Amino acid sequence: MATTTLAPRAGTYRRSMVYEWLTTTDHKKIGALYIATSFLFFLLGGVYALFIRAELAVPGLQFLDPETYNQLFTIHGTTMIFLFVMPMTTGLANYIVPLQIGAADMAFPRINALSYWMIPLGGLLLFSGYALGGAANAGWTGYAPLSAREGIGIDLWIASLVLLGTSSILGAINFLATIFKMRAPGLTLMRMPLFVWNTLVTSVLLLFAVPVLTAGLMMLFIDRNYGGGFFDPALGGNPILWQHIFWFFGHPEVYILILPAFGVVSEVLPVFSRKPLFGYKAFVFATASIGALGFSVWAHHMFTTGAVYLPFFSFFTFLIAVPTGIKIFNWLATMWGGKLRLSTPMLFAMGFIALFLIGGLDGAFLAVVPFDFHVQDTYWVVSHLHYVLVAGSVFGIFAALYYWFPKMTGGLLDERLGKIHWVLLFIGTNLAFFPQHLLGLDGMIRRIIDYAPNAGWMELNLLSTIGAFMIGVSTLPFMWNVFITLRGPRDAGDDPWDANTLEWATTSPPPPYNFEALPPIRSERPLFDLKHGAVEDRAASTPAARGETHGETRADAPEEVLGEPIEGHDDDGGTPGATPQVSEHAPDATPRDERPERSEARDDPRRPEDRP
Amino acid sequence: MTAHTDVVRVPHQQEDPHEATGHAEQGMNTALLGMLLFIGSEVMFFAGLFAAYFNARAAAPEWPPQGIDFIVPSLIPVVATLILILSSATMQWAVWRIRKGDRTGMNRAIAITLLLGVVFLGMQAYDYYELLTHHGFGINSGIYGTLFYTLTGFHGAHVFGGVVGISIILLRGVAGQFSARHHIAVEAVSAYWHFVDVVWIALFVTLYLLH
Repeated sequence: MATTTLAPRAGTYRRSMVYEWLTTTDHKKIGALYIATSFLFFLLGGVYALFIRAELAVPGLQFLDPETYNQLFTIHGTTMIFLFVMPMTTGLANYIVPLQIGAADMAFPRINALSYWMIPLGGLLLFSGYALGGAANAGWTGYAPLSAREGIGIDLWIASLVLLGTSSILGAINFLATIFKMRAPGLTLMRMPLFVWNTLVTSVLLLFAVPVLTAGLMMLFIDRNYGGGFFDPALGGNPILWQHIFWFFGHPEVYILILPAFGVVSEVLPVFSRKPLFGYKAFVFATASIGALGFSVWAHHMFTTGAVYLPFFSFFTFLIAVPTGIKIFNWLATMWGGKLRLSTPMLFAMGFIALFLIGGLDGAFLAVVPFDFHVQDTYWVVSHLHYVLVAGSVFGIFAALYYWFPKMTGGLLDERLGKIHWVLLFIGTNLAFFPQHLLGLDGMIRRIIDYAPNAGWMELNLLSTIGAFMIGVSTLPFMWNVFITLRGPRDAGDDPWDANTLEWATTSPPPPYNFEALPPIRSERPLFDLKHGAVEDRAASTPAARGETHGETRADAPEEVLGEPIEGHDDDGGTPGATPQVSEHAPDATPRDERPERSEARDDPRRPEDRP
Repeated sequence: MTAHTDVVRVPHQQEDPHEATGHAEQGMNTALLGMLLFIGSEVMFFAGLFAAYFNARAAAPEWPPQGIDFIVPSLIPVVATLILILSSATMQWAVWRIRKGDRTGMNRAIAITLLLGVVFLGMQAYDYYELLTHHGFGINSGIYGTLFYTLTGFHGAHVFGGVVGISIILLRGVAGQFSARHHIAVEAVSAYWHFVDVVWIALFVTLYLLH
């Protein structure tokens, strides 16, 4: 923590830019490296998806042979999960979590750099299969005994996943130590922003789930190379064991992929609704219970094996939908009666809620055992997982990128291009994945390269392919947007969205030591309190000044203590934007726009659409 | 490089005298917390391997499989187990010495721990050699051989990792880098070594005693 005083001298060294980025231990630079690397893998995995969809657009073999196709969907899945979503959310957390908790860096900066550099190396191992005799071809789940066949591709896949898993474990340790040990004074656990809470729970899941996958991968490697018998019935082993081990990791993994997106949405919605988050504590407990329940549902991927106790896993699968439902309702209640600003981050967050709901309901269907028997390994499952990963994680990631881009670069992304991106992605996602529900119900099996012309699947497959290409096209305005914004003036200001959390209290981009001064932290919205006078020179006798509340008892505080008259407290001063629900959590949650004396006092570029 | 923000102009205020130091100075040391979290992930790694063992054992008609009657608590495994337990005691002795500021005592205790760790690895290698040559029992000798060598092999690799860590703190201890106040590396390596010891006790009970 002594970095704050040492850092100004660090700028006096002159080092080459390349050397600086290759050797950096600054969490912001490492975060940016994570984000850039994983975006490249997103493009690569996306091109793979387009190949798959182009092949499936019409019946018959178009331009791929079955072996190439098997490699395509294997590498597509592995890339998107392990090389895109996981490093991307890790990168966002790397950049944002230390800022949100008022820390100067992560707890272990050099281990942080090590975690990052394992990602490109793991990607290299995965893709080197193409140069060494064929990439992995057993699907991203690598089911034994399919994955026990000859071929160097699967060995490289194993090595790559062990490396990427180690990176995740070290990253998780780093986040946990950072969150537990590096928080600014006053930032108690129940005042942490929801993104930090979600990173905390994600890290716990990573810490306890990934090592199990590593153990399974080691067993598979021993089976393949040293004559082991873990998954070989002829030697006394059991192929179902692989499924147990893989899904014991794999189900917490789906929450590892989606919880950071939950965190992002929980950050974006209050800022763009001009209201505090509805039910902060319920959010925290819902997140924690998702983390705990995530370890008790793995066998719902294995209903049809006949080797699992169906009522138990069906019940827990339904149960885990409850905390997720709590979150959906809390998000809706956060927007209810708020003064919504439909900027791009908000659009992505709202799109997330709408589409993730579809993906979540799909999942609840799959918990119904007889239904699951019907749709096991069909396109229904493909549709479900893409609704939660594309419509869920990817929408959350783009919400985060639009939201925090001004903090990371100082430049605000163009709203018009952002909205084009959102419209294309929203329509493309539904067009690509909704028809797959119907194909799955109709019995189309996943991972097939061809289907009969008279099966009646042609139109739906063609629609799905068109949607996939729309998703592909949607990244073009985004990349152009990033390009022109990075070339343009970096004039977004420190707090362009008029936000609540600490990362907006420093410059954009932040200096190497992050903060010169921290505002006092008395609630989960320290910056809101600072801007709206809730903590200015309060008498030490008020409960809030002793840090006992974050909202509820503050409603009882006399108005003069809070710095200025509160509109919500006047009987006749209520405005349409400030509803009674608002004052339940924070009486001073009136939208800034309705405070002329304050919004005129500062040159605030928070409305990007008004930018010249 | 200075930064001026237009958002925060106030100097840092302290909420409470007891919070003046921030969180980092309270409670557990950050590095030790990191080591304990790492041990938590290692527990899950071995849990995966143990799950494979009990899965195979539950499915097998006979356990241990026919013809495997030589995995018994004979002299070598029993002595190796006692040596590893003893090394945990000497490791803890090193921690207690340095907490009192006794560098020489700590160095002695660490050196004995290192020696015991190396002897354990040597005995394990000898045991492997005996099993391979006299019984023809290898990793490809059916599920039992696969499980035996995977479980003990990964444990041995962790003992080796511990030996490397102990060597490092021994070198640092001889160089006089530890004191009663600053010896977090010793505490962390000690925690790891105890973990390796506990895993071995679980392995010994599972492989040699549970028949």
